[in-house]
Amino acid sequence: MYELRGVTKRYTRGKETVHALDGVDLTIADGDRLVIQGPTGGGKSTLLQMLGGLDRPTSGEVVLDGTDLARLPEARLTRVRSENIGFVFQSFNLIPTLTAQENVETALVPLGVQVKERRERAAEALRSVGLGERLGHLPSEMSGGQQQRVAIARALVKQPKVLLADEPTGNLDEGMRDEIMDVLETLWMERGLTFIMVTHDSAIARKAPRLATIRKGRLTLTERAAP
Amino acid sequence: MFFTYLRRELRRRRKAALVVASGLALGIALVIVVTSVSSGMGKAQDKVLQSLYGLGTDMTVTKAAAPTAASSDRPRFRFDARESGDDSEQSSDRVMVQGFQTLAASTVAEVSEQKGVRGAVGGLSLQVIKVSGQFTRGQFQQNGTGGRQGGPGQNGGSGAPQGEVQGGGADFDVNSYSVYGTDVTRPALGPLTSSKITSGRTFRTTETAAKVAVADSAYAKEKKLKAGSTVTVKGVKFTVIGVATADSGDAAADLYIPLKQAQTLADAAGKVTTIYVQATDSKKIDSVKSAIRKNVPGTTVTTSADLADTVSGSLSTASSLATSVGRWLSVAVLVAAFLVAGLLTSSAVSRRVREFGTLKALGWKSGRVTRQVVGEAMVNGLLGGALGIALGLAGAYAVTAVSPTLQAQLGGGSGGSGGPGGGFAGPGRQAAAKTLDVALTAPVSVTTVAIAVGLAVAGGLTAGAFGGWRASRLRPADALRRVE
Repeated sequence: MYELRGVTKRYTRGKETVHALDGVDLTIADGDRLVIQGPTGGGKSTLLQMLGGLDRPTSGEVVLDGTDLARLPEARLTRVRSENIGFVFQSFNLIPTLTAQENVETALVPLGVQVKERRERAAEALRSVGLGERLGHLPSEMSGGQQQRVAIARALVKQPKVLLADEPTGNLDEGMRDEIMDVLETLWMERGLTFIMVTHDSAIARKAPRLATIRKGRLTLTERAAP
Repeated sequence: MFFTYLRRELRRRRKAALVVASGLALGIALVIVVTSVSSGMGKAQDKVLQSLYGLGTDMTVTKAAAPTAASSDRPRFRFDARESGDDSEQSSDRVMVQGFQTLAASTVAEVSEQKGVRGAVGGLSLQVIKVSGQFTRGQFQQNGTGGRQGGPGQNGGSGAPQGEVQGGGADFDVNSYSVYGTDVTRPALGPLTSSKITSGRTFRTTETAAKVAVADSAYAKEKKLKAGSTVTVKGVKFTVIGVATADSGDAAADLYIPLKQAQTLADAAGKVTTIYVQATDSKKIDSVKSAIRKNVPGTTVTTSADLADTVSGSLSTASSLATSVGRWLSVAVLVAAFLVAGLLTSSAVSRRVREFGTLKALGWKSGRVTRQVVGEAMVNGLLGGALGIALGLAGAYAVTAVSPTLQAQLGGGSGGSGGPGGGFAGPGRQAAAKTLDVALTAPVSVTTVAIAVGLAVAGGLTAGAFGGWRASRLRPADALRRVE
């Protein structure tokens, strides 16, 4: 469970101070599905980075299961990320020289999983996203949708509590977008993980039970009844 | 994962890897060639010096020659003119101590007793000048009338009979050669150790008073001497027992005879000109030199290092080039290669910001990312090292194969050994510059290869440090923000 209390993030750009987040309060229960929407530069990605322990707020608390990520030493924060949080990026962020299976394995390396088990788990994760036949393929040998599936497998192979996706369909065409959204929703439902996604796509946002809109660093939460 | 990732990354950036490895290889190859050529120069110099003082000698003790006195010190030859028609040969030879002032033989014992001296042996350097030929009077022819005999210069003067000297004159041959009196009881030290007996035998330790001689091969060839021949020095006949050939360059003397015989010939009983000294430890030569200078006053102590300073000619020039220009060039190329390797690695990290940011987001510790970068740089370094060693060995082999000839000049113009005391230079070489031709080689030692491997590792680490430092400072949020 996430509890964000008065989260503020300021940084300077030249002589200007940018308020990326301005006193954000937010609670996200375990197993929730939250969509974050807003204009470019509004603070969506910054909020996602706070939730993922990739960045620290200027002030405020980002509490995950009782631990304030804002105050954790770097080594422990890295540990939290490696064990509990899975990331899916807009540009897939796969290592170009590694195969699909090896890319998925990179998520298990920091956990100290042995090679054999690592390979088995990576293969299983790829099969779960429909890429069982593509284990030995390099990213350059796959389509955008397939690459994003590899990225999803990499995020989920360690069985995290939280899945953070930063515009996961941003670089995909409409057909691929629906396919990836189907995969993500299926996995979310099957695994019961907390799923937080940043998107520009209004069609996706409309379907979300909870929608957080960020403008100029300020967050507005919209709750919808389940369909 | 480490090795798989490393291998794939190097393959992906093989051009950059090749540039880094080539730069390092060039630097390392230069270091190998310069080091091995320097070593070859050192060996060539040792060879030159060894030709002068022989094996085992660490220093010599001499006494500077006194300023040349007047004509009284110069050899004088007096011959009476023979009657016309008398073609009998006249001959006279002079034996002189050469180059240095003599030292009492007791000085040898005194030097031997100094701390750090393993052994000392005395030698006497002599120069023999032999004048032989015919000298007949001319005939004084008085104008118009009969003749009157007279010597040169007697054909003038007022009131003297008018006439001229006809006929008479001199036909002389001057033969100058060097003789070295060597202590036959101590064959391990002294100038004869720089020569090999190529015919006959050397002295026996019991032949202290024997009238035997060893001839230098060049002199023996000139005078058609061989084992069993006889040479006469100042009327004393010596039997040639062997012919010695200098290891390199000229020999120390034309003839070697037992020390006691040399002392008798030169009327220098109990005297020596040079004391050859061997130290107990080659690292203590300087302290032994100081001890001798302090405790045996009035002497000049010359070590091989002192003599090495007097080497000039192309060997010296090449040696200076190798030690100065070559060394600095190697250092400059290495530093440049290290910098280029570092900058290229650092630049590669910049291009992989997203990659490393992603790995950090996945939970990779900074240390693991840094190790990956350093590992790649190390492989580049080792690759460069292997390439550099191969290039360096090829370069050194080429130098050895070509074996350029260098000239070494000792003493003379350079002012070293020609100065007071002269130093190691054996008989006949104190005053004049001696020129030797030496073939240059470039021997590669295990140490040189070890240095090359060390440099390769250092190059890899330097490059890795540049890149690793950047990678370790990379914050995942910044990395992802910069590329999203």
